[in-house]
Amino acid sequence: MANTLPDPHAAIVIDAGGVAPDGQLNAADGRSISRALGRSQRAARRRAFLLVLPLLLFIVITFVVPIGQMLARSVYNDGFSARMPAVGEWFAAHPVGTPPDEAAYAALVSDLAKSAADKSIGVVGTRINYDYPGTRSLFTSTGRKVDDLRPPFIETLPKVNAKWADPALWAVMREASRPLTPNFYLAAMDRTKNDAGKVVQVAPQQRVYLMLFLRTFILSLVITGLTFILGFPIAHLLATLPTRKANLLMVLVLLPFWTSLLVRTTAWIVLLQQQGVINDLLVWLGFLDNGSRLQMIYNRTGTLIAMTHVLLPFMILPLYSVMRSINPSYERAARSLGATSWTAFRRVYFPQTLPGLGAGALLVFILAVGYYITPALVGGSSGQLISNMIAVHMTETLNWSLAAALAALLLGGVLILYYVYDRLVGIDNLKLG
Amino acid sequence: MALPTYASPLERVWHWFYIALCTAILIFLIAPIIVVIPLSFNAEPFFTFTPKMLALDPDGFSMRWYDSLLTFGMAQPDYPRDSNWWLDVWHNSKWVRATKNSFIIGISATIVATILGTLAALGLSRPEMPFRRPIMAILLSPMIVPIIITATGVFFFYSNPCAIFATAGNPTPCGRLAGTYLGVILAHATLGIPFVIITVTATLVGFDRSLSRAAASLGANPRTTFFKVIMPLILPGVISGALFAFVTSFDEVVAVLFIAGPDQQTIPRQMWNGIREQISPQILAAATLLVLFSIALLTTVEMLRRRSERLRGVTPS
Repeated sequence: MANTLPDPHAAIVIDAGGVAPDGQLNAADGRSISRALGRSQRAARRRAFLLVLPLLLFIVITFVVPIGQMLARSVYNDGFSARMPAVGEWFAAHPVGTPPDEAAYAALVSDLAKSAADKSIGVVGTRINYDYPGTRSLFTSTGRKVDDLRPPFIETLPKVNAKWADPALWAVMREASRPLTPNFYLAAMDRTKNDAGKVVQVAPQQRVYLMLFLRTFILSLVITGLTFILGFPIAHLLATLPTRKANLLMVLVLLPFWTSLLVRTTAWIVLLQQQGVINDLLVWLGFLDNGSRLQMIYNRTGTLIAMTHVLLPFMILPLYSVMRSINPSYERAARSLGATSWTAFRRVYFPQTLPGLGAGALLVFILAVGYYITPALVGGSSGQLISNMIAVHMTETLNWSLAAALAALLLGGVLILYYVYDRLVGIDNLKLG
Repeated sequence: MALPTYASPLERVWHWFYIALCTAILIFLIAPIIVVIPLSFNAEPFFTFTPKMLALDPDGFSMRWYDSLLTFGMAQPDYPRDSNWWLDVWHNSKWVRATKNSFIIGISATIVATILGTLAALGLSRPEMPFRRPIMAILLSPMIVPIIITATGVFFFYSNPCAIFATAGNPTPCGRLAGTYLGVILAHATLGIPFVIITVTATLVGFDRSLSRAAASLGANPRTTFFKVIMPLILPGVISGALFAFVTSFDEVVAVLFIAGPDQQTIPRQMWNGIREQISPQILAAATLLVLFSIALLTTVEMLRRRSERLRGVTPS
């Protein structure tokens, strides 16, 4: 501002508050105007933040904390360590590879006796059972007989069950004696520690999780591709039709979007099952023999068809909103300059749809990798996704730590995609209906 | 989508192929929803069209599955249909109870989500809002995080909400939210909040902030400004956000599977049982009613959208 004419606005300020002896501009109350401005801006920020604060607290308490607490289970499981302190101490005092001596067996027996007395031996056995299948009953049955055992335990305990002398069991117990463990993440990636403590792949017939992650990834990609192939023409049609007709057809897109997911899944069961409408139709038309009805549901095909249907509106809506804003004269200009309709589409129209395509594809993919209900109902065994495996460990095998580790891996992937989506599209640009 | 007059024969063929393709895709979108409606009137316990139905013989159709929706779970379904019978329906019919639960949970969750979500959207739309982007990302994340992960986390947390304060060796149990209405309502409110924020923020994009300054300069306090100036203008957005939140709760099944007790069975939960266990056209009758319900909701949202655009001075499209 130096060596120019005095700022006309400054005159107003000077009239209002005058210039302080040090040359600083002051407000009417005599205080520095820059500080007054700062104060009012801070107040405005505080007011805006206070409006958001209740919801932020609500989401943190009902959503962020529960998920964090659940994820903590993926590395922390005290099912064994909290109830078997003596044998834990023995492991801490002796390095990996030390064969268990009489002291170790005595510690084990005293822990088993205590754990059996307070009826927590089932929990202990379950924890070991995750890493050494078939040992839950070993713990519970030994717990019933443990009071009758006499030293030397190193000889009497294996007589109850020979497995107690198995070095593999001791290795598993050593791992479980520390509550903090990476083992559930290893298990979630089909890996395990061998007796020497090295990370190795599990036996080929036990490798399920990597295959499931891969299947989830590939199926989601295929579904994203299918929704693109099916959604693009519809979005284009809706965007180029006269408004009145487009609105009428839009109902056909929005109605499935607003209809309950379970209704849509039920409808696909009705249509696709072997005694269902589509098979009936194909038999009636003579394409199929009554004996060779197609198996289109309770397998991967069912998951694919039903999920494509469910997610199609999430592709159509962002594509549509981008296509509506494309100026048709660009394509006409291309045609008038001699482009064929295919060239005009490929070089002029299609590139302009890319923001909508990116938004739709990312959204469909993010939603698809986390899908649960539809695969659970129509997927059979070959159409299950990783979410279904998390549910199995939550409700059937009760291996909650493994469920949490699988959930953490899935969540990590989804959050990366969410970050990309937010960067490229902006999550608040999401359009709903 | 008219064909230009200079189109070549190949383009004409392509054009008709394109129309046929679009028709096929639209049929794919809508057919599953249309098909369940006639099948719900099936006189037989099948999921397919019987020859009688195809011949439009009235004997092939019946209301028996709608009737069984009412009587399913009743103590004495065969009694004469007097006031006691209807009382039995009201208290014991599983679908009626599920409907009551769906509405109790849905409406409560919607109220929580709408109030908190609208306030937050007002704050987030102010230019002075600090950390806008990361906060927005957190608030919208319940929509993106796979539902099975949310349900799992909520299941552990609601089983013993105080466990996060517990130290080793001192678990401090303090009641349960799992298996209570409050627990399901809070979980559903969390899931519905992103939809409220998105719709209200979208309405606020077109909001002229000088209106609230004008109100303030005329002497209105913030409360009056909010209820007399801001609220009427953003109301369509708030209502459609509330409808989205309600539908989210009304359609939600995974969180209910994990945290609801036998008292909080909702319609989707009842359908889930039906699809997995005794699959019968009863499910189709329920599905048909739900389709009618979603048509009503869709119409409401569409009317609100047009009203909102009219208020903003845009011609409704």
